[in-house]
Amino acid sequence: MPPDKPAMESVPQLAPDEAAALAQRFGLKPDEYARALAILGRAPTLCELGIFSVMWSEHCSYKSSRVWLKTLPTKAPWVLVGPGENAGVIAIGDGLAAVFKMESHNHPSFIEPYSGAATGVGGILRDVFTMGARPIANLNALRFGDPALPITRRILDGVVRGIGGYGNCVGVPTVGGEVNFHPAYNGNPLVNAMTVGILKADRIFTAAATGVGNPVVYVGSKTGRDGIHGATMSSAEFDADSAEKRPTVQIGDPFAEKLLIEACLELMATEAIVAIQDMGAAGLTSSGVEMAGRGGMGVVLEMDAVPQREEGMSAYEMMLSESQERMLMVLKPGQEHVAEAIFHKWELDFAVIGHLTDTGMIEIRHRGMIEALIPLAPLESEAPLYHRPTEETPRQPELGPVADPVGILPALKTLVAAPDLCSRRWIWNQYDAQVGGQTAKRPGQADAAVVRVEGTKRALAMTTDCTPRYVLADPEAGAAQAVAEAWRNITATGALPLAITDNMNFGNPEKPRIMGQFAAACRGMAAACVALDFPVVSGNVSLYNETEGRPILPTPAIGGVGVLEDLAQAVGLSWPDGAALVLVGDTAGHLGQSLWLREIAGREAGPPPPVDLAAERRHGDFVRAQILAGTVLACHDVSDGGLLVALAEMAMAAEIGAQITACGDHGFWFGEDQARYILAVHNAPAIMLAAGPIPVSLLGYAGGTTLELAGLGAISVAELSAVHEATLPKLMEGY
Amino acid sequence: MKSAIIIFPGTNRERDMAIALERASGQRPAMLWHRDSALPAGLDLVVLPGGFSYGDYLRCGAMAAQSPIMAAVRDFAARGGHVLGVCNGFQMLCEAGLLPGALLKNASLRFLAQDCALRVERADTVFTRGFRQGAVFRATMAHGDGNYFCDAETLARLEGERLVALRYADANLNGSINAIAGVVSPNLRVMGLMPHPENSVDPLVGGTDGLPMFTGLAEAFATV
Repeated sequence: MPPDKPAMESVPQLAPDEAAALAQRFGLKPDEYARALAILGRAPTLCELGIFSVMWSEHCSYKSSRVWLKTLPTKAPWVLVGPGENAGVIAIGDGLAAVFKMESHNHPSFIEPYSGAATGVGGILRDVFTMGARPIANLNALRFGDPALPITRRILDGVVRGIGGYGNCVGVPTVGGEVNFHPAYNGNPLVNAMTVGILKADRIFTAAATGVGNPVVYVGSKTGRDGIHGATMSSAEFDADSAEKRPTVQIGDPFAEKLLIEACLELMATEAIVAIQDMGAAGLTSSGVEMAGRGGMGVVLEMDAVPQREEGMSAYEMMLSESQERMLMVLKPGQEHVAEAIFHKWELDFAVIGHLTDTGMIEIRHRGMIEALIPLAPLESEAPLYHRPTEETPRQPELGPVADPVGILPALKTLVAAPDLCSRRWIWNQYDAQVGGQTAKRPGQADAAVVRVEGTKRALAMTTDCTPRYVLADPEAGAAQAVAEAWRNITATGALPLAITDNMNFGNPEKPRIMGQFAAACRGMAAACVALDFPVVSGNVSLYNETEGRPILPTPAIGGVGVLEDLAQAVGLSWPDGAALVLVGDTAGHLGQSLWLREIAGREAGPPPPVDLAAERRHGDFVRAQILAGTVLACHDVSDGGLLVALAEMAMAAEIGAQITACGDHGFWFGEDQARYILAVHNAPAIMLAAGPIPVSLLGYAGGTTLELAGLGAISVAELSAVHEATLPKLMEGY
Repeated sequence: MKSAIIIFPGTNRERDMAIALERASGQRPAMLWHRDSALPAGLDLVVLPGGFSYGDYLRCGAMAAQSPIMAAVRDFAARGGHVLGVCNGFQMLCEAGLLPGALLKNASLRFLAQDCALRVERADTVFTRGFRQGAVFRATMAHGDGNYFCDAETLARLEGERLVALRYADANLNGSINAIAGVVSPNLRVMGLMPHPENSVDPLVGGTDGLPMFTGLAEAFATV
C-alpha cells in the first residue's frame, strides 16, 4: 500500500453566488444543489460541483424513472446478474452465459449522426466486455423522422455509416435491428444499440472494488476535452441552439476499442483483476464513484497520472471528460506488471492513477492540491429520487367500420413499399453481419437473428422490437405488445426466449402526460414479462426526447435473447415449394393503429390491437414445440402490416409464390391482431390435430411465381420484391 | 497442412479463418503475432486474414505491411512459400509489393457487406484447385476498400499471364477494374482476394460454397 502523502491543501471553494449560478448551468435544480451543499457542509469546488451535477443528472441517476423501473420483474432461475451492473447475464447451458444490454445514444446522434451512433455502439460494447464477455453480436433499434425531409436522410445516412463504421471495424457482426419512421422523431431520432456477449458463467467480472491500498488502474485511450458534460446534455430537452452542443459529442475510435477488447479479455484470463468498470457517461467520475461506492470503499485518484491527450487539462475537465475507449480497473496487489505487459503488447495506455482507501470518500488530487473530497455513501443514497406526477393517456375511441378505398392487392403493393415495411437491405448491406463466422440467420432470413455460440451446437436468437404508434395510443398495451413481439420473434426461430433488455425512450418526465406514459409502459411490460417468463436483466432510460416542446412517440424498445440447444433446429422465413401454409392464432381484423389504416386510409386512429398474454404464451409454446419436433419448414410471426404482408414477406424471402385459399375483407388481410404465426409445414392436418384447442387454419400452399388470392387475383413475387427493395435506395441514393 | 495465421492490431477475421482451415485439414493453424520476427519452420501456408489493421486509418494494409513479421513473410514468399491474403490481407499483400495493384475505395463510397458471385478463372493453383475451372461460387464481402485497380500495363500483364484467379461473376459491386476479385503471383503461390470464402464453410452457417478453397489447400499439402 502506497503511503499517503502529507495532508494536502484544498483548492479554493467557489464563491457562493458563483457556485449557485454554475450549479444551475450544470443542470442541478435548486433543491438538488442545496442537498449537495448539505452533504459537503461547505461550498463546492468546481470539480466537486461537476461531479455532483453529472452523478445526479437524469442520465446517471435515473431520478425520474427509478420508482417505476423497480416494478419490473427481474428474476428467473436462469438470471445470473440482473439490472444494476454494466449488463445483464443469463445462463444458456453448458456452463456458458449470455451478457447483454441495450443503450441509447439519441441526443448525440441528432447533433452529430456519425459519431453519435458510432460511440453508441462503442459504449454498449464496453458495457458487455467489461463483464468479461466476448461480444458476439450487435443489434440496433432506430427511429427517424419523416423520410421526405432532407435532414432525415442526412441523419439516417450518418447513423448507418456510424454503426457500420464502428461495428465493422471492431469485428463484431451487426446481425439485426429495426427501423421506423415517424414525424414525431423529426428533431429527435432514436439510436438504441444492443450488444450480446458470451462468457463462462463462473467468470463474471463486476465493478465492486475491494481491498484497501489496491491500485486503481487506467487503461485504453488518452483523456481529452471531448464529451465534457455529455451526460448533462442528454438530460435536457433540445432547443434551437442544440447544434452548438456539438463539442459535447465524443469521437469514436473503433480500432482502440478492438485493442481494448482483446487486451481486457487477455487480462481477464489471468487472476489479476479485482474489479473493472468502463468509463461511459460521466467518464472517470462515474466509474470511480461506482467502483469505490459499490465496494463500500474510498478512493484517491491522482489526476497528474491520467494519460492526457491535451496539455493543461484541469481536474474538473479530466473528471468529466467522456473520451471514449477507456476503462478503470482495480488490480490485486503486485499484479500491475502483469496488466501493464498485456496493455503495452496491445499498444494501449496503462497508468496507475490511484488506490483504494477505507475513508468512504472520493479524493481527487491534482498538482499537489485536493480538487475534490466527497463522501461516497450520500452521493448515492442522497441522490435525488422523484415521484413525478402522472397523467393517464385517455383511451382511444373505437375505430368503427372503415371502408377499403383501394382493394386488397393494390394495398399490399403500397404497403410493402412503405417506409416502415420496405426492405432494409440498403442498411444491412453496410453492416458486416458475418464476421466471427457464426451468424446462421442474418437480417431478412428469420424473425430473429441466430448466432451460434462458437465451439458448441448452441445458438442464441436475438431481436429488437417496439411499435411506438401502439404505445402512444395505449402505453400499457403497447409496451406489453413490444415485449410480446420480441418473445414471438425469438419463438418463430425455434428458440426459447429467456430475457430482455429495455431501452425506455420518452419525452420530458416533468410533464405528467409523459410520466404517465412511462408508468403505464412499465405496467404493460411487467405484465408481459411475468406472463411470458421473460424478465428484464438490463436496461437504459432516455428521457427529455423533445425538441422545442414536441415529444417523440413513447418508445420502450425491447431487446430479447433466447437460446436454441441445437442450431440445426432453427427455422427461417423462406418457405419451400409445395409447403402447406397454416395460420396459428385468431384473426378479428383489428385495424386500429394498423399500418394499413395509416398508409392506405390516411389515419392514425383507434386503440392498438389488444394483447392477450395467455394466448401469446399458448400459441408461442405450441409453435416452438412444433419447430423443435421438426414439423415446421418456415415460420414468421404476423405483426406490422398484418397477415397478407407477412405472407408477402415469406414469399419474397423464398422467391416462391403461393396459392392462398383463405379469404376475408381488408380487416382479415391487414388487421394487426396479435399472437399469430404463419407456419409452412409438410402436413397441415397433423399440425391442426396437434394444436388441440389452439386455433390453426389452412391458408393455402406455397408454389409458383405469384402470390394468388382466391377470387382477388394475383401479383408476381418479383413485382412485390421490386417495389419492396426500391424504397430505401430511391430515398437515399436517388435511384 | 501446416499453416499459420498472422494477427495484426485490428485483425478481426482470424478466428473465422482458423475455423475454415481446421475444418478442411483437421489441423489447427498457428496464430502468430505481428511483432514476431520469424515464422515457424516447415510451414506450408501463411495467411494474412481480414480486419482493420491499424484501424485502416492510413491506407488499408499500409501500416501492417511494415510490421516486423512481414520481412519474414516476404522471405517465405521469395523461397516459394504459399501466402494467402483475404480482404485486409489482400490489401497488405499489395502494400507489401507481393502482389501488384491497389485496393481503392468502393465505387459507391459505401461499405459493402453482402454476398457476391465469384467465377474461378483458373483452377490450377493450390488455392483454387478445389473448384472446377469456370465454376461460380458465392461468398460474402465485407469491405470499404475493395475496388481493385492497377495501371494499364499491369492489367495487360495480369490478363495476359492469366494471373486473375477470381472475377466477380455478375454484379461488380465495388467497381474493380475488369471485375477482378482475386489475383495470384506469377509463380501461383501468393494469392489475394477481397471476399471471404472462410465465412462459407459450414452448412448451418453461411453454406459451404467457400469450403473447396480450404479442402483444396488441405489436399494439396496433405500429399507434400
